[in-house]
Amino acid sequence: MRTIDVARITEAVSLLCREACIDLPPDVLNALQEAEAKEKSPMGKHVISTLVENAGLAAAERMPCCHDTGLAVVFMEIGQDVHLAGGYLHEAIQKGVRDGYEKGYLRKSVVEDPLIRINTGDNTPAVLHTEIVPGEEIKITVLPKGGGSENMSALKFLLPGDGVDGIKNFVLKTVQEAGGKACPPLVVGVGIGGTFDHVAYLAKRALLRDIGDHNPKPHLAQLEKDLLDLINQTGIGPQGLGGTSTALWVAVESHATHITALPVAVNLQCHAARKKTRVI
Amino acid sequence: MTTLHRLTTPLTESSIKALRSGDRALLTGTIYTARDAAHKRLIELMEKGEELPVNLKDQIIYYVGPCPAGPGQVIGSAGPTTAYRMDPFTPAMFAYGVKGVIGKGPRREYVKEACASYGAVYFAGIGGASALLAKAVKKVEIVAYEDLGTEAIRLLNVEDFPLIAAYDTHGGDIFAEEIPKYNTLPQG
Repeated sequence: MRTIDVARITEAVSLLCREACIDLPPDVLNALQEAEAKEKSPMGKHVISTLVENAGLAAAERMPCCHDTGLAVVFMEIGQDVHLAGGYLHEAIQKGVRDGYEKGYLRKSVVEDPLIRINTGDNTPAVLHTEIVPGEEIKITVLPKGGGSENMSALKFLLPGDGVDGIKNFVLKTVQEAGGKACPPLVVGVGIGGTFDHVAYLAKRALLRDIGDHNPKPHLAQLEKDLLDLINQTGIGPQGLGGTSTALWVAVESHATHITALPVAVNLQCHAARKKTRVI
Repeated sequence: MTTLHRLTTPLTESSIKALRSGDRALLTGTIYTARDAAHKRLIELMEKGEELPVNLKDQIIYYVGPCPAGPGQVIGSAGPTTAYRMDPFTPAMFAYGVKGVIGKGPRREYVKEACASYGAVYFAGIGGASALLAKAVKKVEIVAYEDLGTEAIRLLNVEDFPLIAAYDTHGGDIFAEEIPKYNTLPQG
Protein backbone atom coordinates (compact mmCIF):
# COMPACT_ATOMS: atom_id res chain seq x y z
CA MET A 1 0.00 0.00 0.00
CA ARG A 2 1.18 3.53 -0.82
CA THR A 3 0.12 6.61 1.11
CA ILE A 4 -0.41 9.80 -0.89
CA ASP A 5 -1.14 13.17 0.72
CA VAL A 6 -4.15 14.84 -0.90
CA ALA A 7 -2.15 18.10 -1.00
CA ARG A 8 -0.25 16.56 -3.91
CA ILE A 9 -3.56 16.06 -5.71
CA THR A 10 -4.55 19.69 -5.09
CA GLU A 11 -1.22 20.87 -6.47
CA ALA A 12 -1.47 18.62 -9.52
CA VAL A 13 -5.05 19.70 -10.32
CA SER A 14 -4.12 23.37 -10.00
CA LEU A 15 -1.26 23.00 -12.47
CA LEU A 16 -3.28 20.82 -14.84
CA CYS A 17 -6.08 23.43 -15.03
CA ARG A 18 -3.61 26.13 -16.00
CA GLU A 19 -1.59 24.06 -18.45
CA ALA A 20 -4.69 22.59 -20.09
CA CYS A 21 -6.24 26.02 -20.70
CA ILE A 22 -3.07 27.60 -22.09
CA ASP A 23 -1.40 24.91 -24.19
CA LEU A 24 -3.42 23.27 -26.92
CA PRO A 25 -2.45 19.54 -26.82
CA PRO A 26 0.16 18.61 -29.49
CA ASP A 27 -2.20 16.08 -31.14
CA VAL A 28 -4.85 18.80 -31.59
CA LEU A 29 -2.39 21.39 -32.90
CA ASN A 30 -1.02 18.85 -35.33
CA ALA A 31 -4.54 17.93 -36.50
CA LEU A 32 -5.36 21.62 -37.04
CA GLN A 33 -2.22 22.08 -39.14
CA GLU A 34 -3.13 19.04 -41.24
CA ALA A 35 -6.68 20.36 -41.65
CA GLU A 36 -5.34 23.75 -42.73
CA ALA A 37 -3.32 22.10 -45.50
CA LYS A 38 -6.30 20.06 -46.72
CA GLU A 39 -9.08 22.65 -46.34
CA LYS A 40 -10.72 23.55 -49.67
CA SER A 41 -12.52 26.75 -48.61
CA PRO A 42 -10.34 29.91 -48.60
CA MET A 43 -12.31 31.26 -45.62
CA GLY A 44 -11.96 27.89 -43.88
CA LYS A 45 -8.21 27.96 -44.44
CA HIS A 46 -8.06 31.51 -43.08
CA VAL A 47 -9.98 30.44 -39.96
CA ILE A 48 -7.75 27.46 -39.23
CA SER A 49 -4.54 29.39 -39.85
CA THR A 50 -5.82 32.02 -37.38
CA LEU A 51 -6.46 29.28 -34.81
CA VAL A 52 -2.95 27.88 -35.26
CA GLU A 53 -1.49 31.37 -34.85
CA ASN A 54 -3.68 31.88 -31.77
CA ALA A 55 -2.42 28.64 -30.19
CA GLY A 56 1.18 29.78 -30.68
CA LEU A 57 0.48 33.20 -29.20
CA ALA A 58 -1.36 31.72 -26.19
CA ALA A 59 1.55 29.38 -25.46
CA ALA A 60 4.13 32.15 -25.84
CA GLU A 61 2.24 34.68 -23.71
CA ARG A 62 1.02 32.05 -21.21
CA MET A 63 -2.59 33.09 -21.64
CA PRO A 64 -5.65 30.87 -22.22
CA CYS A 65 -6.01 29.84 -25.88
CA CYS A 66 -9.79 30.25 -25.54
CA HIS A 67 -11.62 32.64 -23.22
CA ASP A 68 -14.11 29.91 -22.32
CA THR A 69 -11.88 28.03 -19.92
CA GLY A 70 -14.83 25.80 -19.24
CA LEU A 71 -16.25 23.80 -16.44
CA ALA A 72 -13.38 21.64 -15.16
CA VAL A 73 -14.11 17.96 -15.70
CA VAL A 74 -11.65 15.89 -13.69
CA PHE A 75 -11.07 12.21 -14.44
CA MET A 76 -9.20 10.14 -11.88
CA GLU A 77 -7.96 6.58 -12.02
CA ILE A 78 -7.09 5.66 -8.47
CA GLY A 79 -5.03 2.56 -7.82
CA GLN A 80 -6.76 0.37 -5.24
CA ASP A 81 -3.52 0.08 -3.25
CA VAL A 82 -3.39 3.82 -2.67
CA HIS A 83 -4.27 5.25 0.72
CA LEU A 84 -5.23 8.94 0.63
CA ALA A 85 -4.17 10.94 3.67
CA GLY A 86 -4.32 14.52 4.89
CA GLY A 87 -7.93 15.33 3.91
CA TYR A 88 -10.86 14.41 1.70
CA LEU A 89 -10.39 13.74 -1.99
CA HIS A 90 -13.36 15.82 -3.17
CA GLU A 91 -12.23 18.85 -1.19
CA ALA A 92 -8.67 18.46 -2.48
CA ILE A 93 -9.92 18.48 -6.08
CA GLN A 94 -12.11 21.58 -5.62
CA LYS A 95 -9.24 23.36 -3.89
CA GLY A 96 -6.99 22.57 -6.84
CA VAL A 97 -9.54 23.91 -9.34
CA ARG A 98 -10.07 27.07 -7.28
CA ASP A 99 -6.31 27.65 -7.06
CA GLY A 100 -5.64 26.90 -10.72
CA TYR A 101 -8.38 29.16 -12.08
CA GLU A 102 -7.31 32.00 -9.79
CA LYS A 103 -3.56 31.79 -10.40
CA GLY A 104 -3.99 31.15 -14.11
CA TYR A 105 -6.27 34.18 -14.69
CA LEU A 106 -8.80 31.74 -16.13
CA ARG A 107 -12.43 32.69 -16.56
CA LYS A 108 -14.85 31.66 -13.83
CA SER A 109 -17.76 30.16 -15.74
CA VAL A 110 -19.77 28.21 -13.15
CA VAL A 111 -23.15 29.22 -11.70
CA GLU A 112 -24.07 27.63 -8.38
CA ASP A 113 -27.71 26.85 -9.09
CA PRO A 114 -28.81 26.22 -12.70
CA LEU A 115 -32.01 28.25 -12.19
CA ILE A 116 -30.87 31.04 -9.84
CA ARG A 117 -27.61 31.38 -11.82
CA ILE A 118 -25.22 33.20 -9.53
CA ASN A 119 -21.55 32.76 -10.44
CA THR A 120 -19.62 30.87 -7.75
CA GLY A 121 -16.67 33.15 -8.49
CA ASP A 122 -13.97 30.47 -8.37
CA ASN A 123 -15.06 28.00 -11.08
CA THR A 124 -15.92 25.33 -8.53
CA PRO A 125 -17.44 22.87 -8.22
CA ALA A 126 -15.69 20.73 -10.82
CA VAL A 127 -17.30 17.56 -12.12
CA LEU A 128 -15.33 14.56 -10.87
CA HIS A 129 -15.25 11.05 -12.32
CA THR A 130 -13.32 8.43 -10.36
CA GLU A 131 -12.47 4.88 -11.30
CA ILE A 132 -10.77 2.39 -9.02
CA VAL A 133 -8.07 0.53 -10.93
CA PRO A 134 -5.32 -1.98 -10.02
CA GLY A 135 -2.00 -0.59 -8.75
CA GLU A 136 -0.75 2.16 -6.47
CA GLU A 137 -0.71 5.21 -8.71
CA ILE A 138 -3.18 7.99 -9.34
CA LYS A 139 -3.79 9.28 -12.86
CA ILE A 140 -5.48 12.67 -13.07
CA THR A 141 -6.78 14.27 -16.25
CA VAL A 142 -8.32 17.73 -16.38
CA LEU A 143 -10.58 18.42 -19.34
CA PRO A 144 -11.83 22.04 -19.27
CA LYS A 145 -15.14 21.79 -21.13
CA GLY A 146 -16.43 24.85 -22.95
CA GLY A 147 -20.12 25.67 -23.13
CA GLY A 148 -20.59 26.25 -26.87
CA SER A 149 -19.92 22.66 -27.86
CA GLU A 150 -21.33 21.05 -24.70
CA ASN A 151 -24.68 22.80 -25.33
CA MET A 152 -24.98 21.10 -28.72
CA SER A 153 -24.39 17.57 -27.43
CA ALA A 154 -27.18 14.98 -27.54
CA LEU A 155 -28.32 11.59 -26.27
CA LYS A 156 -30.84 9.20 -27.76
CA PHE A 157 -32.07 5.66 -27.31
CA LEU A 158 -32.12 4.05 -30.74
CA LEU A 159 -33.74 0.70 -31.45
CA PRO A 160 -31.32 -2.23 -31.60
CA GLY A 161 -32.49 -2.76 -35.18
CA ASP A 162 -31.39 0.78 -36.11
CA GLY A 163 -27.80 -0.51 -35.96
CA VAL A 164 -24.80 1.24 -37.46
CA ASP A 165 -26.88 3.27 -39.94
CA GLY A 166 -29.05 4.60 -37.14
CA ILE A 167 -25.95 5.65 -35.20
CA LYS A 168 -24.47 7.38 -38.24
CA ASN A 169 -27.70 9.29 -38.87
CA PHE A 170 -27.96 10.43 -35.26
CA VAL A 171 -24.33 11.59 -35.04
CA LEU A 172 -24.60 13.39 -38.36
CA LYS A 173 -27.86 15.08 -37.36
CA THR A 174 -26.32 16.24 -34.08
CA VAL A 175 -23.30 17.74 -35.87
CA GLN A 176 -25.48 19.41 -38.51
CA GLU A 177 -27.82 20.94 -35.96
CA ALA A 178 -24.80 22.28 -34.07
CA GLY A 179 -23.25 23.77 -37.21
CA GLY A 180 -20.99 26.73 -36.40
CA LYS A 181 -22.41 27.05 -32.88
CA ALA A 182 -20.17 24.30 -31.49
CA CYS A 183 -16.95 25.90 -32.84
CA PRO A 184 -15.88 23.42 -35.51
CA PRO A 185 -13.56 21.82 -36.52
CA LEU A 186 -14.77 19.49 -33.79
CA VAL A 187 -13.60 16.48 -31.92
CA VAL A 188 -16.65 14.22 -31.64
CA GLY A 189 -16.97 11.81 -28.71
CA VAL A 190 -19.52 9.05 -29.23
CA GLY A 191 -20.74 6.67 -26.53
CA ILE A 192 -22.65 3.54 -27.50
CA GLY A 193 -24.31 1.10 -25.07
CA GLY A 194 -24.54 0.89 -21.31
CA THR A 195 -27.38 2.77 -19.61
CA PHE A 196 -28.78 6.33 -19.77
CA ASP A 197 -26.14 7.67 -17.38
CA HIS A 198 -23.24 5.53 -18.56
CA VAL A 199 -23.56 6.27 -22.27
CA ALA A 200 -23.06 10.00 -21.64
CA TYR A 201 -19.99 9.20 -19.57
CA LEU A 202 -18.62 7.06 -22.40
CA ALA A 203 -19.04 9.93 -24.87
CA LYS A 204 -17.19 12.29 -22.54
CA ARG A 205 -14.45 9.74 -21.83
CA ALA A 206 -13.97 9.27 -25.59
CA LEU A 207 -12.68 12.87 -25.65
CA LEU A 208 -9.70 11.79 -23.54
CA ARG A 209 -8.26 9.74 -26.39
CA ASP A 210 -5.56 11.41 -28.45
CA ILE A 211 -6.35 12.28 -32.04
CA GLY A 212 -4.95 9.42 -34.11
CA ASP A 213 -5.73 6.69 -31.55
CA HIS A 214 -8.56 4.54 -32.88
CA ASN A 215 -10.77 2.29 -30.77
CA PRO A 216 -8.97 -1.09 -30.48
CA LYS A 217 -12.10 -2.93 -31.70
CA PRO A 218 -11.88 -3.05 -35.53
CA HIS A 219 -15.61 -2.51 -36.15
CA LEU A 220 -15.60 0.58 -33.91
CA ALA A 221 -12.39 1.91 -35.51
CA GLN A 222 -14.17 1.54 -38.86
CA LEU A 223 -17.19 3.39 -37.49
CA GLU A 224 -14.88 6.21 -36.35
CA LYS A 225 -13.39 6.51 -39.84
CA ASP A 226 -16.80 6.38 -41.54
CA LEU A 227 -18.24 9.01 -39.20
CA LEU A 228 -15.28 11.34 -39.74
CA ASP A 229 -15.69 11.05 -43.52
CA LEU A 230 -19.43 11.72 -43.32
CA ILE A 231 -19.06 14.70 -40.97
CA ASN A 232 -16.46 16.25 -43.25
CA GLN A 233 -18.87 15.93 -46.17
CA THR A 234 -21.49 18.13 -44.49
CA GLY A 235 -19.81 21.31 -45.76
CA ILE A 236 -20.18 23.02 -42.36
CA GLY A 237 -16.45 23.73 -42.20
CA PRO A 238 -14.37 25.77 -39.74
CA GLN A 239 -16.64 27.99 -37.59
CA GLY A 240 -19.57 26.88 -39.75
CA LEU A 241 -18.48 29.28 -42.50
CA GLY A 242 -18.32 26.47 -45.07
CA GLY A 243 -15.55 24.03 -45.86
CA THR A 244 -14.23 20.51 -45.71
CA SER A 245 -12.86 20.48 -42.13
CA THR A 246 -15.86 20.05 -39.86
CA ALA A 247 -14.27 17.51 -37.53
CA LEU A 248 -10.66 16.74 -36.68
CA TRP A 249 -11.49 13.38 -35.12
CA VAL A 250 -14.23 11.01 -34.00
CA ALA A 251 -13.69 8.72 -30.99
CA VAL A 252 -16.16 5.96 -30.14
CA GLU A 253 -16.38 4.18 -26.78
CA SER A 254 -18.76 1.31 -26.12
CA HIS A 255 -20.11 -0.77 -23.23
CA ALA A 256 -22.33 -3.81 -22.87
CA THR A 257 -26.01 -2.91 -22.88
CA HIS A 258 -29.51 -4.30 -22.27
CA ILE A 259 -31.11 -6.68 -24.78
CA THR A 260 -33.77 -4.08 -25.63
CA ALA A 261 -31.50 -1.05 -25.98
CA LEU A 262 -29.10 0.88 -28.21
CA PRO A 263 -28.29 4.10 -26.35
CA VAL A 264 -26.07 6.61 -28.19
CA ALA A 265 -24.56 9.82 -26.80
CA VAL A 266 -22.71 12.44 -28.82
CA ASN A 267 -20.47 14.81 -26.88
CA LEU A 268 -19.20 17.58 -29.11
CA GLN A 269 -15.87 19.18 -28.34
CA CYS A 270 -14.72 22.41 -29.97
CA HIS A 271 -11.38 22.81 -31.75
CA ALA A 272 -9.89 23.93 -28.41
CA ALA A 273 -9.96 20.24 -27.42
CA ARG A 274 -8.03 20.76 -24.22
CA LYS A 275 -6.92 18.05 -21.84
CA LYS A 276 -3.90 17.44 -19.66
CA THR A 277 -2.83 14.39 -17.64
CA ARG A 278 -0.48 13.77 -14.76
CA VAL A 279 0.38 10.58 -12.87
CA ILE A 280 1.21 10.64 -9.17
CA MET B 1 -11.75 36.82 -53.42
CA THR B 2 -13.39 38.45 -50.42
CA THR B 3 -13.20 42.19 -49.84
CA LEU B 4 -11.33 43.59 -46.84
CA HIS B 5 -13.01 46.64 -45.30
CA ARG B 6 -11.34 49.07 -42.93
CA LEU B 7 -14.05 50.16 -40.52
CA THR B 8 -14.03 52.84 -37.85
CA THR B 9 -16.72 53.55 -35.27
CA PRO B 10 -19.32 54.88 -35.31
CA LEU B 11 -20.15 52.97 -38.47
CA THR B 12 -21.58 55.17 -41.22
CA GLU B 13 -24.64 54.10 -43.14
CA SER B 14 -22.59 53.79 -46.31
CA SER B 15 -19.91 51.62 -44.68
CA ILE B 16 -22.63 49.34 -43.29
CA LYS B 17 -24.36 49.05 -46.66
CA ALA B 18 -21.05 48.30 -48.39
CA LEU B 19 -20.54 45.15 -46.30
CA ARG B 20 -21.55 41.90 -47.99
CA SER B 21 -21.78 38.51 -46.29
CA GLY B 22 -18.38 36.80 -46.55
CA ASP B 23 -16.43 40.07 -46.56
CA ARG B 24 -13.67 40.51 -44.02
CA ALA B 25 -13.16 43.69 -42.03
CA LEU B 26 -10.70 45.26 -39.60
CA LEU B 27 -12.45 47.43 -37.05
CA THR B 28 -10.89 50.32 -35.15
CA GLY B 29 -12.70 52.34 -32.51
CA THR B 30 -14.99 51.52 -29.60
CA ILE B 31 -17.28 48.56 -28.99
CA TYR B 32 -19.38 47.50 -26.01
CA THR B 33 -19.44 44.00 -24.54
CA ALA B 34 -22.71 42.40 -23.48
CA ARG B 35 -23.87 38.80 -23.35
CA ASP B 36 -26.67 36.74 -21.80
CA ALA B 37 -27.09 38.36 -18.37
CA ALA B 38 -26.50 41.98 -19.53
CA HIS B 39 -28.93 41.56 -22.44
CA LYS B 40 -31.60 40.33 -20.06
CA ARG B 41 -31.23 43.46 -17.93
CA LEU B 42 -31.09 45.84 -20.92
CA ILE B 43 -34.24 44.40 -22.44
CA GLU B 44 -36.07 44.60 -19.11
CA LEU B 45 -35.24 48.31 -18.94
CA MET B 46 -36.38 48.86 -22.53
CA GLU B 47 -39.67 47.08 -21.83
CA LYS B 48 -40.27 49.36 -18.86
CA GLY B 49 -39.41 52.37 -21.01
CA GLU B 50 -36.47 53.26 -18.77
CA GLU B 51 -33.12 54.64 -19.83
CA LEU B 52 -30.22 52.22 -20.38
CA PRO B 53 -27.08 52.61 -18.24
CA VAL B 54 -25.08 53.21 -21.44
CA ASN B 55 -26.12 54.81 -24.70
CA LEU B 56 -25.83 52.02 -27.26
CA LYS B 57 -27.38 53.91 -30.18
CA ASP B 58 -25.27 53.49 -33.35
CA GLN B 59 -22.88 51.25 -31.40
CA ILE B 60 -21.53 47.73 -31.88
CA ILE B 61 -22.09 45.03 -29.26
CA TYR B 62 -19.54 42.26 -28.82
CA TYR B 63 -20.88 39.05 -27.28
CA VAL B 64 -17.92 38.16 -25.08
CA GLY B 65 -17.06 37.16 -21.54
CA PRO B 66 -13.32 37.75 -21.24
CA CYS B 67 -10.81 36.04 -18.97
CA PRO B 68 -9.36 38.20 -16.19
CA ALA B 69 -6.36 40.28 -17.32
CA GLY B 70 -3.03 38.85 -16.21
CA PRO B 71 -0.13 41.03 -15.06
CA GLY B 72 0.66 43.64 -17.71
CA GLN B 73 -2.36 42.74 -19.86
CA VAL B 74 -5.17 45.07 -20.94
CA ILE B 75 -7.66 42.21 -21.02
CA GLY B 76 -7.52 38.43 -20.75
CA SER B 77 -8.38 36.14 -23.67
CA ALA B 78 -11.54 37.47 -25.28
CA GLY B 79 -13.16 35.62 -28.19
CA PRO B 80 -16.79 35.74 -29.35
CA THR B 81 -19.40 33.55 -27.68
CA THR B 82 -22.18 31.66 -29.49
CA ALA B 83 -24.55 34.30 -30.83
CA TYR B 84 -27.86 32.41 -31.06
CA ARG B 85 -28.39 32.67 -27.29
CA MET B 86 -28.85 36.41 -27.82
CA ASP B 87 -31.36 35.93 -30.68
CA PRO B 88 -34.49 36.71 -28.65
CA PHE B 89 -33.01 40.10 -27.67
CA THR B 90 -31.42 41.11 -30.98
CA PRO B 91 -34.32 42.57 -33.00
CA ALA B 92 -35.17 44.84 -30.03
CA MET B 93 -31.53 45.94 -29.80
CA PHE B 94 -31.54 46.81 -33.50
CA ALA B 95 -34.87 48.63 -33.14
CA TYR B 96 -33.28 50.65 -30.31
CA GLY B 97 -30.41 51.65 -32.62
CA VAL B 98 -27.55 49.15 -32.27
CA LYS B 99 -25.84 48.90 -35.68
CA GLY B 100 -23.72 45.81 -35.35
CA VAL B 101 -23.23 42.73 -33.20
CA ILE B 102 -20.25 40.37 -32.99
CA GLY B 103 -20.58 36.70 -32.09
CA LYS B 104 -20.10 33.28 -33.61
CA GLY B 105 -22.25 30.69 -35.32
CA PRO B 106 -25.53 30.75 -37.24
CA ARG B 107 -28.64 32.40 -35.81
CA ARG B 108 -32.40 32.25 -36.25
CA GLU B 109 -33.97 33.44 -39.48
CA TYR B 110 -35.60 36.44 -37.76
CA VAL B 111 -32.17 37.85 -36.82
CA LYS B 112 -31.15 37.78 -40.46
CA GLU B 113 -34.39 39.53 -41.37
CA ALA B 114 -33.84 42.12 -38.61
CA CYS B 115 -30.38 42.90 -40.04
CA ALA B 116 -32.01 43.75 -43.37
CA SER B 117 -34.95 45.69 -41.94
CA TYR B 118 -32.95 47.75 -39.41
CA GLY B 119 -29.79 48.18 -41.52
CA ALA B 120 -27.55 46.35 -39.05
CA VAL B 121 -24.81 43.75 -39.47
CA TYR B 122 -24.07 40.50 -37.67
CA PHE B 123 -20.33 39.96 -37.68
CA ALA B 124 -18.76 36.59 -36.97
CA GLY B 125 -15.54 36.73 -35.04
CA ILE B 126 -13.34 33.65 -35.04
CA GLY B 127 -14.48 31.60 -32.07
CA GLY B 128 -11.59 30.36 -29.99
CA ALA B 129 -9.03 32.80 -31.39
CA SER B 130 -9.30 34.45 -27.99
CA ALA B 131 -5.64 35.23 -27.27
CA LEU B 132 -5.18 36.84 -30.67
CA LEU B 133 -8.38 38.90 -30.38
CA ALA B 134 -7.35 40.13 -26.92
CA LYS B 135 -4.27 41.69 -28.54
CA ALA B 136 -6.50 43.93 -30.67
CA VAL B 137 -8.02 45.41 -27.50
CA LYS B 138 -6.08 48.47 -26.39
CA LYS B 139 -8.19 49.78 -23.51
CA VAL B 140 -10.97 48.44 -21.30
CA GLU B 141 -13.40 50.15 -18.97
CA ILE B 142 -16.32 48.58 -17.09
CA VAL B 143 -19.29 50.87 -17.75
CA ALA B 144 -22.26 48.95 -16.28
CA TYR B 145 -23.29 45.88 -14.29
CA GLU B 146 -19.94 45.29 -12.62
CA ASP B 147 -21.64 42.71 -10.38
CA LEU B 148 -21.95 40.42 -13.42
CA GLY B 149 -18.19 39.82 -13.43
CA THR B 150 -17.12 38.51 -16.83
CA GLU B 151 -20.63 39.38 -18.10
CA ALA B 152 -20.41 43.09 -17.14
CA ILE B 153 -20.76 45.72 -19.89
CA ARG B 154 -17.30 46.90 -20.88
CA LEU B 155 -16.25 49.62 -23.28
CA LEU B 156 -13.37 48.35 -25.40
CA ASN B 157 -11.03 50.39 -27.57
CA VAL B 158 -9.94 48.15 -30.41
CA GLU B 159 -7.45 48.45 -33.24
CA ASP B 160 -7.77 46.36 -36.40
CA PHE B 161 -10.13 43.92 -34.73
CA PRO B 162 -10.71 41.16 -37.34
CA LEU B 163 -14.32 40.43 -38.34
CA ILE B 164 -16.26 38.54 -40.98
CA ALA B 165 -19.63 39.87 -42.19
CA ALA B 166 -22.04 36.98 -41.56
CA TYR B 167 -25.50 38.59 -42.09
CA ASP B 168 -25.44 41.83 -44.08
CA THR B 169 -28.10 44.51 -44.61
CA HIS B 170 -29.12 43.00 -47.97
CA GLY B 171 -30.29 39.60 -46.68
CA GLY B 172 -26.91 37.93 -47.27
CA ASP B 173 -26.05 34.93 -45.05
CA ILE B 174 -22.55 33.46 -45.14
CA PHE B 175 -23.66 30.17 -43.58
CA ALA B 176 -26.45 29.53 -46.09
CA GLU B 177 -24.27 30.65 -48.99
CA GLU B 178 -21.04 28.79 -48.19
CA ILE B 179 -21.99 25.45 -46.56
CA PRO B 180 -23.86 24.00 -49.61
CA LYS B 181 -20.76 24.64 -51.77
CA TYR B 182 -18.82 22.08 -49.75
CA ASN B 183 -21.64 19.64 -48.92
CA THR B 184 -20.85 16.36 -50.70
CA LEU B 185 -23.11 14.06 -48.66
CA PRO B 186 -25.04 11.56 -50.73
CA GLN B 187 -28.64 12.77 -51.03
CA GLY B 188 -31.41 11.04 -49.07
